[in-house]
Amino acid sequence: MAHPSVKSIAPANGNELALALYSVMQTIRQSELRLSKLFAEGEIPGFIHLSIGQEAIPGGVIAALEARDTVASNHRGHGHAIAKGVDLIRFFQEIMAKEEGCCRGRGGSMHVADAALGMLGANGIVGAGLPIALGSALAHQVQKTGAVAVVFFGDGALAEGVLHECLNLASLWKLPLVFVCENNGWSEFSPTSVEFAAKLTDLAKAFGIPAQAVDGNDVFAVYNAAQEAVSAARKGGGPWLVECKTTRIRGHFEGDQQRYRDTNEVADTSVVDPVTRFEEQLTVMGIAKSEIEAVLVGVTARIDAAVTAAHAGTAPSFAAAFADVYTAKA
Amino acid sequence: MPELRFAHAINRALVDAMSADASVIVFGEDIAVPGGPFGVTRGLLEKFGADRVRDTPISEATIAGAAVGAAMSGVKPVVEIMFMDFITLAMDALVNQAAKAHFMFGGQFSVPMVVRTPHGGGIGAGPQHSQCLEAWLAHVPGLKVVCPATIADAYGLLRAAIADPDPVIYVENRALYAMKGELLEAPTPVDIGKGKIVRPGQALTLVTYGAMLSRCIEGANRLAAEHIDIEVIDLRSLQPWDETLVLESVSRTHRLVVCHEAVEAFGIGAEIVARMIEIGFDEFDAPPRRVAAPFMPPPFAPSLEAEFVPTPDRIIAAIRDVLA
Repeated sequence: MAHPSVKSIAPANGNELALALYSVMQTIRQSELRLSKLFAEGEIPGFIHLSIGQEAIPGGVIAALEARDTVASNHRGHGHAIAKGVDLIRFFQEIMAKEEGCCRGRGGSMHVADAALGMLGANGIVGAGLPIALGSALAHQVQKTGAVAVVFFGDGALAEGVLHECLNLASLWKLPLVFVCENNGWSEFSPTSVEFAAKLTDLAKAFGIPAQAVDGNDVFAVYNAAQEAVSAARKGGGPWLVECKTTRIRGHFEGDQQRYRDTNEVADTSVVDPVTRFEEQLTVMGIAKSEIEAVLVGVTARIDAAVTAAHAGTAPSFAAAFADVYTAKA
Repeated sequence: MPELRFAHAINRALVDAMSADASVIVFGEDIAVPGGPFGVTRGLLEKFGADRVRDTPISEATIAGAAVGAAMSGVKPVVEIMFMDFITLAMDALVNQAAKAHFMFGGQFSVPMVVRTPHGGGIGAGPQHSQCLEAWLAHVPGLKVVCPATIADAYGLLRAAIADPDPVIYVENRALYAMKGELLEAPTPVDIGKGKIVRPGQALTLVTYGAMLSRCIEGANRLAAEHIDIEVIDLRSLQPWDETLVLESVSRTHRLVVCHEAVEAFGIGAEIVARMIEIGFDEFDAPPRRVAAPFMPPPFAPSLEAEFVPTPDRIIAAIRDVLA
């Protein structure tokens, strides 16, 4: 892992934990700001979905996981990959369509994955990570590994049938599965208020799944909720759900003009910005400004190096891609 | 050799695979306590326990999607979709997830899952419980599709499918479940992608799979009385399919008919005929033909269904046309 491992820090050492969380959040934030620039410069094919404003959720949730735990992500998934520890160089190489990328340039932004880290992939289909995470939790349960699966899904997935199927089945089978909803209020180009009639925590409770809603822009709130959920799931208590209320500061995709949205909603992002908020909190905790700044300097240097390496990467081989539709015979 | 039914051969393959490999698990609608809607999974729960043999709710999208996630996390799921018509509800998991994962993630993952699903008509099950949709799945890069026609292949192809590192759709024709046949004491897997010449002949190559095999053999046997010697090939595997075997046969017979129960348009037969024309054009002495279901939904009334599913008479008529 490129950033300090949060799990290796004694819970008593609040400052060290806080700085590790901050490092993860800044790595996500600065990586996405860089992706935004690279996209505008035409260095990234296709399209990308940024999670700027939502960094506290992958930061807080994945800090509560162990290395063996698995994660299924979604189209707005850069943060989940980075927090799970995907190598930054291979991350940028993938999104910039290079052979050296973690998926050899075949998936791009919407499909970043790392098998060795239990990162089961971002996903281009809304809600599709839900049954995949459920199946992963089933594998953990059958194999009695003690691992937990986590699925990150947006509020856009709330109206997908598989969410309802998965809440039901996870509860019936008491699977070690934690549902994490990143509720940013928008389902692509429409407010979720016109798309979802229920309240998610009520829905979870209807299936007998413990659920809590937290301020998803407060990384400690997310971390504490995730700790409780993950620990219960690991002990065999069955699935949990954490709904993290957050803010999508950018458009649905990069380049989205957001004509459907009142831009005043995000005019003053400092109120909601989880990174800014956390910096204030770090100061209150007595962490020196120089220490906070040093994190940013380190993160920026790593991103610079990753982007340089990505630019130096090679175009993927068509022959190799064509030969890899199926698993090669041993 | 002991005699058993087609459904029991599938059951035996499941039992043997689960006995040989503790990572093989089975789940689907009504497959555990009830033993499957057609009894195919009977006894598995008692033998292997509730952890590895599970009844699911009626949630096809999640059954298939969970199989993908489980296969990516170290187990080998064999799931059942009760009727192939219901695979419509599982298509995201199969097409966008299972089929893509190995390629899309740069080879980091394999998805060793099997979907067992019955297809086919002849029992008056109507438009939503009779369809043969295997061509849809054979069209998707990343999926493998097999369809056994014999007792030995029912066993052997399922063992091969479970051992395969990639997602395999194992299509079993319901009309064959009660068919009896012999199985070796120690049956072996059947290579995916290998067809078989079931009946050698020189006059024409008749390619088929699944439940149409017996109708093709009946047609061929009736023509044999007229000294017309038809070569019948059982494809067994549809994706990949045994192009080499079919081309080799056509190179000897110079005539081709393809028969399947699925609708003719844009089907398996279309692919086989197109491919043979592309790579074997000079071998043909007559235009190839397809015998398949007409372009309509499967009807309910037995009188209608009898005309919908290809018959030995229709197969013989097509053969006569090609030989004329």
